[in-house]
Amino acid sequence: MVKDQEFLETKASYCLGLAKKLGATDSSVIVKNSISETVNFRNKKLDESNRSDDLGLSITTYIGKKKSSVSSSNLLNDNLNILIEKCIETTKNTPEDEFNSLPDRDLFAKEAKDLNLYDETHIENNQKIDYLKKLEVAASNDKKIVNTESSFTQNKSNFVLANSEGFCDGYKTSSFTASSVTVAKDEKSMERDYEYSSKCFLKDLDDADELGNLAANQTIRKLSPKKIGSEKIAIIFDKRIAKGVLSTFASAISSSAISRGTSFLKDKVNQKIFSDKINVFDKPDMLKGLGSRNFDSEGVKTDTLKLVDQGILKHYLIDTYNGKKLNLKSNGRCGGTSNLYFENGNINFKDLLNSHSKSLYITETIGHGSNIVTGDYSVGATGFLIENGEFKYPINEITIAGNFKDMFKNITLANDLEFKYATNSPTMLIEGMVVAGK
Amino acid sequence: MSNFFEKSDVSRKEAESIISDTLQKCDDGELYLENSKSESILLDDNKIKNSSYNSDLGFGFRAISDEVVAYSHSNEISKNSLKQSSENLKSTLKSVKGTYNHEIPKSNKKYYDNINPIEQKSLNEKIKILNDVNDYLRSKGDKVKQVTANFLGEQKSVEIIRSGGETLSDVRPLVRFNVSVMVEKDGRKETGVYGVGGRQSYDSFLKDENWKSVCDEALRIASVNLESKPAPAGEMKVVLGPGWPAILIHEAVGHGLEGDFNRKKTSAFHNLMGQKVASEGVTIIDDGTIDNRRGSLTIDDEGTPTEKTVLIENGILKNFMQDRLNARLMKTRSTGSGRRENYRHIVLPRMRNTMMLSGKQTQEEMIKAVDKGIFAVSFGGGQVDITSGKFVFNCTEAYEIVNGKIGSPIKGATLIGDGPSILKEVSMVGNDMMMDPGIGTCGKAGQGVPVGVAQPSILINKMTVGGTKL
Repeated sequence: MVKDQEFLETKASYCLGLAKKLGATDSSVIVKNSISETVNFRNKKLDESNRSDDLGLSITTYIGKKKSSVSSSNLLNDNLNILIEKCIETTKNTPEDEFNSLPDRDLFAKEAKDLNLYDETHIENNQKIDYLKKLEVAASNDKKIVNTESSFTQNKSNFVLANSEGFCDGYKTSSFTASSVTVAKDEKSMERDYEYSSKCFLKDLDDADELGNLAANQTIRKLSPKKIGSEKIAIIFDKRIAKGVLSTFASAISSSAISRGTSFLKDKVNQKIFSDKINVFDKPDMLKGLGSRNFDSEGVKTDTLKLVDQGILKHYLIDTYNGKKLNLKSNGRCGGTSNLYFENGNINFKDLLNSHSKSLYITETIGHGSNIVTGDYSVGATGFLIENGEFKYPINEITIAGNFKDMFKNITLANDLEFKYATNSPTMLIEGMVVAGK
Repeated sequence: MSNFFEKSDVSRKEAESIISDTLQKCDDGELYLENSKSESILLDDNKIKNSSYNSDLGFGFRAISDEVVAYSHSNEISKNSLKQSSENLKSTLKSVKGTYNHEIPKSNKKYYDNINPIEQKSLNEKIKILNDVNDYLRSKGDKVKQVTANFLGEQKSVEIIRSGGETLSDVRPLVRFNVSVMVEKDGRKETGVYGVGGRQSYDSFLKDENWKSVCDEALRIASVNLESKPAPAGEMKVVLGPGWPAILIHEAVGHGLEGDFNRKKTSAFHNLMGQKVASEGVTIIDDGTIDNRRGSLTIDDEGTPTEKTVLIENGILKNFMQDRLNARLMKTRSTGSGRRENYRHIVLPRMRNTMMLSGKQTQEEMIKAVDKGIFAVSFGGGQVDITSGKFVFNCTEAYEIVNGKIGSPIKGATLIGDGPSILKEVSMVGNDMMMDPGIGTCGKAGQGVPVGVAQPSILINKMTVGGTKL
């Protein structure tokens, strides 16, 4: 069983009390427990079971404008005493920074709404095994599938965040995740692909057959890929890749990148960075949302933000430290976004495929090719050639490149948004990118 | 050396008996104990932004029967939690009939000293160096707009207790010092990053104001990029500089030669043993035995002493990298490549220091041999799809080559190639092998471990460069 609120609160208040006694003028602490149980299957047989029980604590102490932090997985009071003493000692020796402080008192979250993030259900390993058996049978139906690896994880977590200003809150969350990675082979090639489902509630998890079938089909259709020539061509990002464009956008508007001057979106608030039709939301209070939260990692309340309104950037993602530096109030985004998404476009998936006589549909990218200082983008890619709305043949060993400043202005979105991850996008078309191949 | 049972309600003897009882019928397994201390001190935007310290303690209990691995870990080294883990393992492995009892080879060699780098230098000294770095770089002119520098230090003590009470232990120091600088000219911004590190004290890298050369290198890369023009798009010849560009080797062939993917036949290399996979003259080894290197280990995380493993010899595929599980199932021996990020993770076969050895040619000859292509000197990171064999790496400093001469710098771009065939496209191997500066972390299955790479300059006949200029 995951540790209860009382246990976590007792540890938290012990730390705050000791920090104060040792000379901290302010302090904050987070105590977490997370228990995961995973079963892995390979080729329809049990491959691995894994149970992890992680307890951890992290404390930050302030002496005036000086700050330091320690963290540990050893929560015995003996050890905490040594660590907090060390933390205070380090704080005293760390130079002052005028922007160091706890959040302003009036910004703390007051009433925590029940966002329906915890499912009491416990799924035993033999039930996970039943699910995985069914999944792998479906996944290995076709002879071309030569290897299947699937996994089922149940996670239950609890945490308490407390600080010397009197904030003390936390809640339990759960997740149930199933995934399947399949390998397909023909005379010319061997390819891998995957499918995945993750939900707060067990009963919402995708059907095992469906997951296995999807993984297998997505893999088989990649077999015998071709390499194409280098050209400027319209790119369509599958939803699982399109969400990455939003993640880059989120990093580029984080207050730390803005205050340090290392973002291509610095000074762009109230300016047009996307085309007219684009709206971006960050909505923390979605029931059962994979990114939902009542407050950020400093305890600051989080409201829904319309980050982009008809193409115009409206907000940065602000935490306390960088907010003070930029002379802006925290909007509860310490630790990043919650449920971040592009609003649906007004064209359906089919019409999007049909919108150009020739385009590339990208299902996977590899490499870390996003530079948020310059906006430059260059990654390896795998996908399909689309001609007149039809999937013609698979493509690999190509790269796609552009600059986000231009890419953002050339986005067209389909109307097929789903909430499968914490960050979500409909299928996305971008014009004007360059493919490098032969 | 940590005494893991000193403050626990379970004695070493009792723990040994729980281990033997749990593993008696298994093919393999162990109790892995770990105590790590780490620090991070960060200077950013003219200030010390962060000084933090972490102490982590825990165990991972593993039992293996045939192909099935059962694993359980916890932060609490207590009788109760060991017993709970033991029950958990037993419930997974219901019908075990183990026979494997390969002994762990013994070695007295050590590749680093038993030190705690964190305690060897005071916080004030570290803060002073970071401030000096900031002042030094900002004194280099107005174009320097942002400086970030940090120290990362760690001491990790591990102990492996096997069935029957056999105990193996290791204390591993690790440090890293990084500098990142952003410059701006005429509204254009570019960054340069450089760092050094290894399994020794901070002072072995920073004495005599050595840190200045790290700053100079970061600033040089940033300044070069200010002048860069769009990179070309398409297939062309590529000359790679020595040292860190060897992440090509790591991605293109390293991962594909790890035992697990080959046992499962999901690697593009699984049926190529004994065959020619690279040009003549190409020899690649994975070596855990180089003194004080970031990827070196005295013993791996299963207790096996590390070694120098020849992967490709003169173009021919010779060996895969193995941990005990995959070695047993493939009827071979462990190469001392069983590694894990920490006690929370299972062991996987991983790289240590992956190196291509020197040949005879000079870098100059390579450049001269290229009519149209690029010369890539510095890289960010890479990634591979081991099944299709396609890999990428991102260059952060590169130049065009026109008619045998190095031309203008070009913007960062991703290069993509095919692992099993790329090394056959190597047409010249340089005489200038160099180790990387000691900053690499390799990710696999969500686990990051420190690694090293090395190579001489090489000329590759054909690779796709992912620029924007057609």
